[in-house]
Amino acid sequence: MSVAATHFNYLAVVVLMMIGLYVLFSTRNLIKQMIGLGLFQTSTALFYISLGKVSGGTAAIKIYADSVEGRMLAAPLDPDFVQQFGVGGVVYSNPLPHVLILTAIVVGVATLSVGLSIAVRIREAYGTVEADEIEAVTRVDAARVGRDP
Amino acid sequence: MILFEALYVAPPALTAQAPILVIAGPLIGACAAALSPGGRTAWVVSVLTAVFALWMAVAVAGEVAREGAIDYALGGFAPPMGIALRIDALGATMALLIASVGLMGALYSGHALESEVRAEKRTLFQSGYLVCLAGFLGLVLTGDAFNAFVFLEVSSIGTYALVAVGEARDRRALPAAFNYLIFGTVGATLYVLGVGFLYAATGTLNLADMAPRLAALGDNSAVQAGLAFIVAGLGVKAAMFPLHGWLLGAYAGAPSLVSVFLAATATKAAIYLIIRFVFGVFPEGEFGENFLRWILAPLAAAAVIICSMQAIFEREVRRILAFSSVAQVGFILLGASLATTAGLSAGVFYLVAHALMKGALFMAVGAFAISVRARTVEDFSGIAREAPWSAAAFAVGAASLVGAPLTMGFLAKWSLVSSALQAGEIWIVVVLAIGSLLTLIYVGRILEAMFFRAPVRGAERASEAPVGVLVPLFVFSGLSLWFGVDATLPASLANASASVLMGEAP
Repeated sequence: MSVAATHFNYLAVVVLMMIGLYVLFSTRNLIKQMIGLGLFQTSTALFYISLGKVSGGTAAIKIYADSVEGRMLAAPLDPDFVQQFGVGGVVYSNPLPHVLILTAIVVGVATLSVGLSIAVRIREAYGTVEADEIEAVTRVDAARVGRDP
Repeated sequence: MILFEALYVAPPALTAQAPILVIAGPLIGACAAALSPGGRTAWVVSVLTAVFALWMAVAVAGEVAREGAIDYALGGFAPPMGIALRIDALGATMALLIASVGLMGALYSGHALESEVRAEKRTLFQSGYLVCLAGFLGLVLTGDAFNAFVFLEVSSIGTYALVAVGEARDRRALPAAFNYLIFGTVGATLYVLGVGFLYAATGTLNLADMAPRLAALGDNSAVQAGLAFIVAGLGVKAAMFPLHGWLLGAYAGAPSLVSVFLAATATKAAIYLIIRFVFGVFPEGEFGENFLRWILAPLAAAAVIICSMQAIFEREVRRILAFSSVAQVGFILLGASLATTAGLSAGVFYLVAHALMKGALFMAVGAFAISVRARTVEDFSGIAREAPWSAAAFAVGAASLVGAPLTMGFLAKWSLVSSALQAGEIWIVVVLAIGSLLTLIYVGRILEAMFFRAPVRGAERASEAPVGVLVPLFVFSGLSLWFGVDATLPASLANASASVLMGEAP
């Protein structure tokens, strides 16, 4: 199989990440910048989840190998593979990256909310969320420094 | 470290839990501060919490001095499976530095906030300050790569909010905070990606466990990509040239307490993590050497020269100090890029020296700001006659920044020069000399205006800052002088840190 087929997830990560970065640096609207930032962060989530996937593996919730579900999961898999990588006859995906990314998502939500609330305050102070207009006002502010009482 | 060996500051049962209490204390304090009825109560909570954090940090340092590195398994899950705090000489040094700066900042905030932060925001400000403190302390104590990311973001989210609070004085703080948030988050995300690469290659997140596994892998492009992502990501947080764009607005716009705290801890904690990864985790080899020689060292040298030049042509005092911070980060990284024990020791020593002197400088600027709206160099004219004590403390910090003899800055530059000569890197000595001369020019401009020019501020007169502000200010500049004469304490900490990093001691 070609790289595109075997590493499809990772290509998606790269594409998503680049879209996020492009949005972040091409738009001058603060809200759209936050959207780009969110996309950029989400791409790492996909990266971690892809790392943790074991082919044929299921979510890391205890399943008995002799249960209906356990037999259903094991049916399409090579018995040697199950023997080598399985735990108690069932193959699980690596749950650690999921946990890590859960934390990273929480961090992302916190960043997003702080960013948006700063954007709200910027709107109150400057009357706009366009970076160009804010910069124009800032230049006036900077020129006034030291002169106004 | 030897000085801490005989130091038993807490009962053994408490000392055993001290590593986590250093972090948990400020986090609990942050909740208490947020719930307090008014700004004064929150301030008292903040000071008490900072005292507790410093006490615990000293207890940890004592344990590290006696035992070598400490492993603290969180929740009783043994590493490498569980998350562990791992504290060695370098971590203990950083924790001591951050906790001391945290305490001085908390003391200073009592009066300094009144002119810079809206009354209704002061309780939450103290809460955010303690969250930041917990984040930075956690960052330097943890032994887990992903845990470090969480602490990095805990502290960063706190600092974004703290910088934005500066809008009461200067509304440019808001776009600066937003900009900082964008850059900081991109940096942190790159760091997570880098950690993902290392995790994919080694299957562990524990730094001590990762190092031997990486060494066994040898030349591996995933590991090298991981290093690139991690250094680029942390470089943003450390204001490593040319990733320092966010720092200027943030330092200039934030309340002066936040500038003090960021200048003395935020970039330092990120530099710590870079040094930890490059020297403590990555295996020695051609790739690492080339990275230090051809990427880190030239960028650091460019920071020293270019940002010092920019500082010379800047009008606003806070922005001059911010540019100077980027240049000083360059000095620290130049020392580290030598990759010798002497060079690393000089880098760590410089890091402590810079935290003290930049802390003093930003505190003095904040002390002036209490009574007068002074922003540009012209505004500072004649301020030494109106507020002589703050001006004297500023002058001491400035002298240390230039590297005048009898200050800590002199010893820091001296050890950098001697370690560069030892390593045979003459060009680093030349960069250091040029950088110091440029520092003299921009610092000289401010000092000349302060001490030798007549005031031009019209009717507005500066007055001396209250005692509550002067005490922490004098502690910083006093330590800059004291360590300039007797540097036993910082030098022994720096040497112990360097030998840990170079693998000569546990």
